[in-house]
Amino acid sequence: MKKVYINSVASISAQKTFDNTQFLEEVCSYEETILPVVNPNYKDYIPPAAARRMAKGIKMGVVASKLVLEEAKLENVDAIITGTGMGCVRDSEKFVSAIIDNDEQYLTPTSFIQSTHNTVGGQIALGIACKGYNFTYVHSSNSFESSLLDAKLMLQNDEANSILIGGVDELGVHTTKLHKVVNHLKTDIKKSLELLNSKSEGTIFGEGANFFTLGNEKNSSSYAEVVAVKMYNTLIGSITDLAQQFLASQKIVVTDIDLIILGNNGDVNFDDTYNELSEGLFTNTQQAYYKHLCGEFNTASSFGFWLASKILRNQHLPKITKLNAINDSSFNYVLLYNQYRGQNHSFTLLRKC
Amino acid sequence: MSKGVAITGMGIISAIGNNVSENYNALIEGEKGISKISKINTIHKDAIMVGEIDFTNKEFEEQLGLSADNNYSRTAMLGIVAAKQAIDNAGITDINKYSTGLISSTSVGGMDMTEQYYYDYLENETHRKYIDSHHAGDSTQRIAEHLGIEQSLVTTISTACSSAANAIMLGARLIKSGELDRVVVGGKDCLSKFTINGFKTLMILSDTYNTPFDENRKGLNLGEAAAYLVLESDKVVKAENKKVLAYVKGYANANDAFHQTASSENGDGATLAMEQALKVAGLQASEIDYINAHGTATGNNDLSEGRAIVRVFGNDVPDFSSTKPYTGHTLAAAGAIEAVYSVLALQNNVIYPNLNFKTQMKEFDITPQTALKEKELETVLSNSLGFGGNCSTVIFSKSQ
Repeated sequence: MKKVYINSVASISAQKTFDNTQFLEEVCSYEETILPVVNPNYKDYIPPAAARRMAKGIKMGVVASKLVLEEAKLENVDAIITGTGMGCVRDSEKFVSAIIDNDEQYLTPTSFIQSTHNTVGGQIALGIACKGYNFTYVHSSNSFESSLLDAKLMLQNDEANSILIGGVDELGVHTTKLHKVVNHLKTDIKKSLELLNSKSEGTIFGEGANFFTLGNEKNSSSYAEVVAVKMYNTLIGSITDLAQQFLASQKIVVTDIDLIILGNNGDVNFDDTYNELSEGLFTNTQQAYYKHLCGEFNTASSFGFWLASKILRNQHLPKITKLNAINDSSFNYVLLYNQYRGQNHSFTLLRKC
Repeated sequence: MSKGVAITGMGIISAIGNNVSENYNALIEGEKGISKISKINTIHKDAIMVGEIDFTNKEFEEQLGLSADNNYSRTAMLGIVAAKQAIDNAGITDINKYSTGLISSTSVGGMDMTEQYYYDYLENETHRKYIDSHHAGDSTQRIAEHLGIEQSLVTTISTACSSAANAIMLGARLIKSGELDRVVVGGKDCLSKFTINGFKTLMILSDTYNTPFDENRKGLNLGEAAAYLVLESDKVVKAENKKVLAYVKGYANANDAFHQTASSENGDGATLAMEQALKVAGLQASEIDYINAHGTATGNNDLSEGRAIVRVFGNDVPDFSSTKPYTGHTLAAAGAIEAVYSVLALQNNVIYPNLNFKTQMKEFDITPQTALKEKELETVLSNSLGFGGNCSTVIFSKSQ
């Protein structure tokens, strides 16, 4: 089996991450519970006429994919695998409301077409004329991890040599309102950076596109090795047991982990598994978190993956992500753990390469 | 990576039957499930025909023993019905005896409820329970729950009309690579105003029975359905002395990279998918006995797919037919519906008629099989082609 490497990264998020020379030196805090992305200048990458027609998710996905291909000096890839919880949800909203508002009349196809979940993957393929394998995973907080697992299988079995993967989701106004009425969204947050100080239910919402090229050949600019990714639809025992099982399956122990990156989103009803790990098994391990920076969305964990990749290559942990006071100066193994509302848990293990 | 992928169980619910045997009987009797729509109050009801499942949501809730405050979308209920049949058919009593995953697919997810309560959600509390069931992964989680699949690999694929074929493909790869011993794969989609109006704006809905590969085809009929297959590794088959229905022999996904919704005129993506699936299967084109075509009866699909078939099979095109005239186009579920039909074809050595065909297409001289044909079958190739240029082929075989 071949090893799998992260060979380039790109992030469009609520932070100015699209500039890959930066690494969270400057941080944006938001005085609201909905965090839009800091937009790159899309027109630098997409012809203006095309950009006007594109949904936000497509724009973010297409530009993030251009950035990673550029960094990896690749013109094409063998496969494109994307994860998205909701696809281009604004177009879904547009089409549903048009159906209702106009009693199924005077509709145009554009928003219907863009609402299809695999639109971003399809548009990226169209843009670079990639005729290879093209999958889209839409499984809530495991959408991105599904893409990662699929790509990893393909690369380790040498069915492909370079694969573009990414997680992308956009904020939709109506959908956000719906989540608000069922208390998925906090109301008591003054500053997004203070997310974990909140003692209320719900979280803050975000959007973004985090894309990567993975390959089964390491090069001088590779960020990290993808050692393992494992998903669980539910949790039946304790998260501690599951974490131990996962580590054992990789033939490592807790002390081998130099950093654990957790997907805490400040929801008092669902942060218990994160707290169990940070206060228990990994209490003596350096800890980081990130949803105060990018907000929660179905593919927010792809931002965590971006963070881990940058930490491993730069051997530097941005202060704003620190969750405890432990300082490890060198990073070899980084473990990521994520879940959303108590479902779709995942462990991802990366290693310095 | 040379392990076999055995199909040991299947389940289905579609417009032509509530289980595998009802579907098979309708297929060989030539009974269509296409009618005027009755369960969705759309202004297009006189202008379109659909493949609708008889049961109401209420009847499904009773069948599944769901409590009154359940928040299941119709998509989820269709999926649970079919997936449970598949597990029963595979004779599985202890789902967690082997590492078992679920790879499902959908395109509409919980849109049926979202479009009903879209504004109402903000005003009234009554239906807010459905907000959580909108996203595409929800229906998959519900199926896993009903099958007892816990703390395992469960995910959802959405690549438009090729979704379920891709779920089968991923499942097969997970078995081959040893990630799982057993995996339930398939897809589900219910009818919704969203898809009816979407396809209407694309002007590809027929006002009458769909006629795949016919010169005068007028477009597709939408359908609702769910189908699941149980895939098991050689290890499980051996240990449990399992009866194998058929094998997943080859598969491939390729992208047309031509247009967001239309297929390229020469079917580049479909050609690549079929060629690569043959390669994975280790088969020559001449070894395919029957093609269950995607054949949606849109002008664009049938031309593109037909040309791709000619490119791959040359002058020796095997018998082919589309079963969309029976079920309608069931979108994300189509690949799983047709996988079940392909396995039934292998088991019974029959080729289903391409119903409603009258006039030969001008662009090529291949003609679908129009009458039921009995023939010894070793292999069946099934195509599923979708928006986003997504082209998938799965090859099923009698022997490993």
